[in-house]
Amino acid sequence: MTPALEVRDLHKVFGGLTVTNGVSLSVAAGERRLLIGPNGAGKTTLFNLITGDLRPTGGRILLFGTDITALAGRRRAHLGLARTYQIITLFPNETLRHNVMLALLGILPRRWNPLRRFDRDPALLAAAETVLDQVGLAHLALRQVRETAYGEQRRVEIALALAQRPRVLLLDEPFAGLSAQERRDVAALIGAIPPAMTVVMIEHDMDAALDLADRITLLDFGLVVVEGTRAEVVADARTRAVYLGG
Amino acid sequence: MNLWLILAVNSIALGGLLFLLASGFSLIFGLMRIPNLMHGSFFMLGAYLGVSFLRLGAGFWPAAILAGLALAGTGAVIERLLLRRLTGKPQAQVLLTLGMALIVADLCLMLWGGDPIEVQTPAGLTGVVPVFSVVFPTYRLVVVVIAVAIAVALWLMLERTRLGAMIRAGVDDPQMARVIGIRVSRLFSIVFSLGAGLAGLGGFIGGPILSVYPGLDQDMLPLALIIVILGGTGSLAGALVGSFVIGFLYNFGQALFPDLAYVILFVPLLAVLVIRPQGLLGKLAP
Amino acid sequence: MKPLAIAAGLAALAALPLWMPGGSYDVNIASQVMIWAVFALGLNVLVGYAGLVSLGQAGLFGFACYVAAWLVAAGTAQWIAAIAAIGFTLVLSAVFAVLALRGTGISFLMITLTLGEIVWGIAQRWVSLTGGDNGISVSTRPAPFGISLDTATPFFYATFAMFVVMLGLVWRFVHSPLGVALRGTRDQPRRMGALGYNVWLIRFLGFLVSGFAAAVAGLFFFYYNEFASPYVLSLTTSAEVVLMVIAGGAATLLGPIVGAALVLGMQDVVSSYVAHWNLMLGAIFVAIILFMPEGLVPGLARLARRPGAAPAAPRPGAFGRTPS
Repeated sequence: MTPALEVRDLHKVFGGLTVTNGVSLSVAAGERRLLIGPNGAGKTTLFNLITGDLRPTGGRILLFGTDITALAGRRRAHLGLARTYQIITLFPNETLRHNVMLALLGILPRRWNPLRRFDRDPALLAAAETVLDQVGLAHLALRQVRETAYGEQRRVEIALALAQRPRVLLLDEPFAGLSAQERRDVAALIGAIPPAMTVVMIEHDMDAALDLADRITLLDFGLVVVEGTRAEVVADARTRAVYLGG
Repeated sequence: MNLWLILAVNSIALGGLLFLLASGFSLIFGLMRIPNLMHGSFFMLGAYLGVSFLRLGAGFWPAAILAGLALAGTGAVIERLLLRRLTGKPQAQVLLTLGMALIVADLCLMLWGGDPIEVQTPAGLTGVVPVFSVVFPTYRLVVVVIAVAIAVALWLMLERTRLGAMIRAGVDDPQMARVIGIRVSRLFSIVFSLGAGLAGLGGFIGGPILSVYPGLDQDMLPLALIIVILGGTGSLAGALVGSFVIGFLYNFGQALFPDLAYVILFVPLLAVLVIRPQGLLGKLAP
Repeated sequence: MKPLAIAAGLAALAALPLWMPGGSYDVNIASQVMIWAVFALGLNVLVGYAGLVSLGQAGLFGFACYVAAWLVAAGTAQWIAAIAAIGFTLVLSAVFAVLALRGTGISFLMITLTLGEIVWGIAQRWVSLTGGDNGISVSTRPAPFGISLDTATPFFYATFAMFVVMLGLVWRFVHSPLGVALRGTRDQPRRMGALGYNVWLIRFLGFLVSGFAAAVAGLFFFYYNEFASPYVLSLTTSAEVVLMVIAGGAATLLGPIVGAALVLGMQDVVSSYVAHWNLMLGAIFVAIILFMPEGLVPGLARLARRPGAAPAAPRPGAFGRTPS
């Protein structure tokens, strides 16, 4: 079967610094993949290359068998790729509802309409309600993002990505900075993502993330060091070498 | 002497004046990351103040130095009292310099009137000197010599002194400069003041060539903009080359296509914007 | 804004020629305020909603003015001149946009400034085409449906009709999906791309909307003065309209209208005492930027909500944030 997401021998060089040094990955449809690795291993750079925020120096990226390496980021979104950001990247002066509506509209032709009322679109309002409900924030729909708590903003991050109805979802440290309770809530939220959606997640918090993952990829110095099931990766000597510096 | 040689001589002299204007503009732009829209005002204000010093009985060169110093002081005050309050808001800073430019223009009109003021060429420099086979008006030659001397002095300051090293570090990467302990805010004051002083000096010694009139500021500012965009922000060599290129384009354009001289100046600029948007402006784009 | 309040405001404005004490003088000022308000409303689409400060907007405004003046002076029918002025200005806006949108923030500001200066330079120096400093003078206003606009009150109502239509259009635009997306590109251009939006094209369309308003305003400015001069293209004019936007309050609909009324009102008052309007303009500019960057409308709204309250979280004013 065609993998949902495939990365072949991807390279990225900034100036003289090689950040991604020949990464190859293949994520099956419906899989939950966890990307781990120390700081500076090139995890977020890999996401930026996959979404088109950065252009690779070499290598190819395929989404369901389609080569997207040369496509603009926005076109990748239309092909079913969505992501969240490690640093909150929301529309701070808009309400939660408007944030989600913007995400919903991004792949709809009527985003170009210059005269229709944005907030008088029943179908869009209902869809936004559903997504906010999905992340447990429906009660804050009319609150501006900048007036919500950090933990809530993390969930809005996920809500925006879910609103895009992606086939492949990239989550960049969805647990970053959350309390234990909030982590459980977000874990439940990620656990409830429909199985058909493929999820690739960067996360440092193993406790929260390991249970969600089918397979794990360990990156270091821009290279895939180990890849396998949870048990395989944990048991691998190279994993310990990377994390313990041994 | 034929027309072309006269034009060439005038172009070189204008280039020297433009360098005095553009070098400070370029350093300010490179370091503070904002185009100082009152740079033309500094040039004009320097010229008017120099005229007043002359009328008070100062000699030509003392008046020039006083005008430069007065503008350096003005620049320091504006940076300290106004621009600094808007740190981190570059667009607000630019608009502030624009507001100040309007104020200066009107103040000059109030204080010195609307008629152009001719500045007499200093005695002893009214003649001509032969340079190779060209007869060069002495005063214009002196202007070029001053510009080149200042270019060399600025270059030495930037390359050989601690202050210059700090300015270069700030132009390259202000964040990094801060990290390694350079007090960038003090550099801003120094460079803004220096730029204002050079522009003020240029305005006055340009007086015998350009005369002084309301609107001089608006004539000079776009030239500074063009030179710096062409030559690269924060680049002294770029400002020097750009000044002479624009000096030639301006004078020859005026002679050959009087209706379009001003537009011809903008052709190289548009070319840069279209062909190399990232090259020179890219560094500025946040 | 509540529809009722808008209707009441427009009704009061429509009745203005009936109660203005100063007669046709005041009515003319009201017409000018509406013309500038449309210009400012358009610029606000860029400054407030897209977060892009244009300092070349007078180039578009004045260009429409010149095209109409030149054509009418050459004997073209008024309606053709009007369509041509708006059409050509839209084309020029597209050119401006393509060049200026190679950058954001300061680069955008500089490129628009340069473009505005080019248009000004052409108007001032290409004397054979534009009349140079003398400009182009025409002594006829159009007479739509046979109604002469030569006196203050009919002209006021023609301007009022234009103002209402333009206000409605800008209002629809900023509340439309495209308008909200434009705001999105101001705050999070990167995320907008990831959500599937074409950030460049959205900004380009925002620029065209802004240019359209400048064109319509420029056309009416020409009708009002029956004259086009390089001053309408100058950097001072660009500065004036930016001031209207930020003084009233960027990213609000009422702000630019209040700003236009404020600046023109002050100009009217000041000019009758001293000749130095630019000095005042500059001083107000500097004061607003330093002390009330959010503008009058948001500032007063905040005071009305909670008297004495300090500014809460920073709002995205004209230059609260630079798009990255």
